[in-house]
Amino acid sequence: MEVQLIKIEKRNDVSRSIYFLTPVLAIFLTLFGGGIIFYILGFNPIEALKFFFITPISDLYGLSELLVKATPLCLIAIGLSFCFKSNNWNIGAEGQLIFGGIVGGGVALLFYNHDGFYVLPIIILSGAIGGMLFAMIPAILKTYFNTNEILVSLMLVYVAKLLLDYLVVGPWSNPEGFNFPETRQFSESARMPILFDGLRIHAGIFITLITVFLSWLILYKTYLGFQIKVSGLSLKTAKYAGYKGKTMIIIVFMVSGACAGLAGVGEITGPIGQLHRNISPDYGFTAIIVAFLGRLNPVGIIFASLIVALTYLGAETAQIFLQVPKYTGQVFQGMILFFLLGSDYLLFFKIKFLGLKKNEL
Amino acid sequence: MSFDLNFIGILIGAIMASSVPLILAASGELITERSGVLNLGVEGMMIIGAISGFALMVVTDNLFFAVVGSMLSGLILSLIFGLLTQSLLTNHVATGLALTIFGIGMSAMIGKNFVGIPGKEFPLLFLNLKESIPFLGPIFFGHSIILYFAFGLPFLTNYFLKKTKTGLIIRAVGDSPTSASNQGINVTLVRYSCILYGGAMCGLAGAYLSLIYTPQWIENMTGGRGWIALALVVFATWSPIKVLIGALIFGGITILQLHMQAVGLRIPVQLLSALPYIMTIIVLVVISRDSRKIKLNTPTSLGQIFYKEK
Repeated sequence: MEVQLIKIEKRNDVSRSIYFLTPVLAIFLTLFGGGIIFYILGFNPIEALKFFFITPISDLYGLSELLVKATPLCLIAIGLSFCFKSNNWNIGAEGQLIFGGIVGGGVALLFYNHDGFYVLPIIILSGAIGGMLFAMIPAILKTYFNTNEILVSLMLVYVAKLLLDYLVVGPWSNPEGFNFPETRQFSESARMPILFDGLRIHAGIFITLITVFLSWLILYKTYLGFQIKVSGLSLKTAKYAGYKGKTMIIIVFMVSGACAGLAGVGEITGPIGQLHRNISPDYGFTAIIVAFLGRLNPVGIIFASLIVALTYLGAETAQIFLQVPKYTGQVFQGMILFFLLGSDYLLFFKIKFLGLKKNEL
Repeated sequence: MSFDLNFIGILIGAIMASSVPLILAASGELITERSGVLNLGVEGMMIIGAISGFALMVVTDNLFFAVVGSMLSGLILSLIFGLLTQSLLTNHVATGLALTIFGIGMSAMIGKNFVGIPGKEFPLLFLNLKESIPFLGPIFFGHSIILYFAFGLPFLTNYFLKKTKTGLIIRAVGDSPTSASNQGINVTLVRYSCILYGGAMCGLAGAYLSLIYTPQWIENMTGGRGWIALALVVFATWSPIKVLIGALIFGGITILQLHMQAVGLRIPVQLLSALPYIMTIIVLVVISRDSRKIKLNTPTSLGQIFYKEK
């Protein structure tokens, strides 16, 4: 005789509290999974997790570093949320970040001998435009040639990386730099103002916060935001309603490209201060996880960016104290996304524990 | 200048060798996609295959275990993808991305103690024939068994998909999961099998890199080949034979680029290295322009979640 202990039912409506609780569940499951991995590697899991998630932010400097890393992550993820909400898969934000950095950095080098309040805004603006133009390549190819945007945007990441490499080794390399693959240090007026002495946190955080606010306005209070949402839910409905699909694809790519470009320019004028080969530790890719973890919601993304930024810091600390490679951060990032997507099952399905009734036995 | 025919032969042999990981990964992914599943984790499964194969080679000193182990590790990673997308009904694109990020991180973690260890020589077949026959020798002989397997695979895959009942079932599931399900086909089971097969092939592709092509472990050594393999499937409009042609073209660009660098042409190295990626984009544009042609072969339910009410 077969006795059913568990019954799975489809939910008719998605519960809002579970919608924002599953990310928390995913984080706990990730900690658990990470503990197991550390145990297999021969570490005390509690100790290792402490090094990973608590040690890095136990002082003021650590907290400032957390914000330094969350600033670009949050910014890129906000931009990506425009794309993902409307079912456009821009996964080449890393390339758009680098290209924005290249354009912004080029302008910064151009203004090498200039001083003035106008220098930094021009650099920031050009970085945003750079990222935006680079994101328009996959968007235009998608709209006019029906090309898969996932692959094109990703291929362009490699192109941008190689272009940066070419520039810092060749024409833009520091003339007094002993052939190191890096440009000159930018002048003081081309740098983001530092907020507190001795810490690296810089004015870029305001750009991020303003962008968060603006995107909340656009996504939730304007007709454009409504169109983006509808196209994401059902392309057929959007077409029926007469929304201009092609224009919208280009707009969402422009927004996310500009955000990634801003993040790139924030990095080079903020903590880095010049161009070199590695201006981003894969922020553009990690931001995809941030966007999902934050449920494509501006406020959610702020929290998500802080948590994911912590995996970067944790990986650095663990590298020093536990001698594990800094890629460990990516293991955690991958796990967060696995668990998050997996626990979404709870959103759409109810699991009922029936138990054994006496008369069934 | 004399026209060195033998050198051309060696060049073609090198192009074939560099296309092997692409053929293997793309052929595997093609089956997965034909069943309606889009797995963007190719790069992650390849890199895990590369490190598992290399680590097993170092630890067991047995190349057979290394190759089988790499396939198993690719399969295990794809099982995670299967569990999420098929049983927990998650979004294919996001899950595949997570798989790649996780795979790259995991491979670096496992590979920490294997950096800088020299590889072992992988047996190459018919070496005497390679040397004794000019031009044709270096093309057809002196390769590893995996290369011969890779070059046969697209033909086998083609036969399998078009002429066998199982192949027909896979295509039916990819084109219309609902009707297939109504015919009594277990859609989820078919898709699981195709995902696992794809994972094993990606693992093998990675092992080819770390055991034969580069013979050593380098962090992030797949360097985007997984993504190019994904592009190849679209390039081939889901036809296995065209995967072979596409992989040879990309192998050709890679080898050409290396030779141009060696000859010392006055073109920036970075531009040459970017060629495969730029070519991919151009090819995608050319292929995708004709939307009818794409639609004819695209598995209709590609990337869509299938859920059967019980």
